[in-house]
Amino acid sequence: MTASTYHPTPRFYWLVAGALAVATAAEVAIGSIEFFDPIKVVGLFGLAAVKFAAVVALFMHLKFDKPLYRGLFLVGLLVAIPVFIVVLLTFERLT
Amino acid sequence: MTTTPAAENVPVEHHDAGHHDIHPIRKTAMWVFLGSECVFFGAMIATFLLYRSEFADGPHAEEVFNIPFTSASSFVLLMSSLTMVLAHHAFEHKDLRRARIWLMATALLGATFLAGQIFEFTEFVREGLTVRVSPFGSSFFMLTGFHGAHVMIGVVLLAAMVVLSLSGRLYSDRGLNIELVGLYWHFVDIVWIIIFTVVYLLQV
Repeated sequence: MTASTYHPTPRFYWLVAGALAVATAAEVAIGSIEFFDPIKVVGLFGLAAVKFAAVVALFMHLKFDKPLYRGLFLVGLLVAIPVFIVVLLTFERLT
Repeated sequence: MTTTPAAENVPVEHHDAGHHDIHPIRKTAMWVFLGSECVFFGAMIATFLLYRSEFADGPHAEEVFNIPFTSASSFVLLMSSLTMVLAHHAFEHKDLRRARIWLMATALLGATFLAGQIFEFTEFVREGLTVRVSPFGSSFFMLTGFHGAHVMIGVVLLAAMVVLSLSGRLYSDRGLNIELVGLYWHFVDIVWIIIFTVVYLLQV
């Protein structure tokens, strides 16, 4: 079985979806309950990053697919992030 | 065109060498497209962050946002990624009937998300948050509206996949197949993961 043809089982996908649902519930709790205010920004971005990575790696099969596809997607992300930061710095929203 | 019960579980595949060679090119093109979409949505999210506190005469975010409702919508879209990957898995295992069921479930969940977004937009406008009332309103509707348009395109593509499967014209190695539509659909989901955090949860 080559890397590009390997697919996990449906049970695995259900488990990932369950974990994503739990992460979403945690996001809502962090965003809504005052107790979590000290960790609100870090917690929300951390959970969003984990959910993002899980969907890309496991549901979009980037973890199992050709490195070329991973590279193409990462190029898009790596261009987007500096553009994003430069725009915010230009308008002094990150300072 | 009807399919026999035996044919139900066997996706019709086209093994023409020319078409087979084209498949990785289509998939590569899809990943290039998705990479470019990262820049597109990245620019729009940055624009939203620039104007997130500029409410002018319009209502503030915390006055109009309904986090429980949007959380439910987010859950629906997240689960549509599960049904999409299950459709792809069934198709890969030549179970066309199950693939069709999961495709229909994905389209239904996508349509539910869209219905929720239309309801939400209607409520916001009723409460005074419009595209023109403030920079916040403009950037909010631009970002979430473009995302909604992407979801709508995805629902149309999913419906097309269902129709193709019913007529036995769903191929794995040519055309806009389940894998490519799946990649697009999951991308729409990951964009919403970011929007839900940046636009909704960090605003309230």
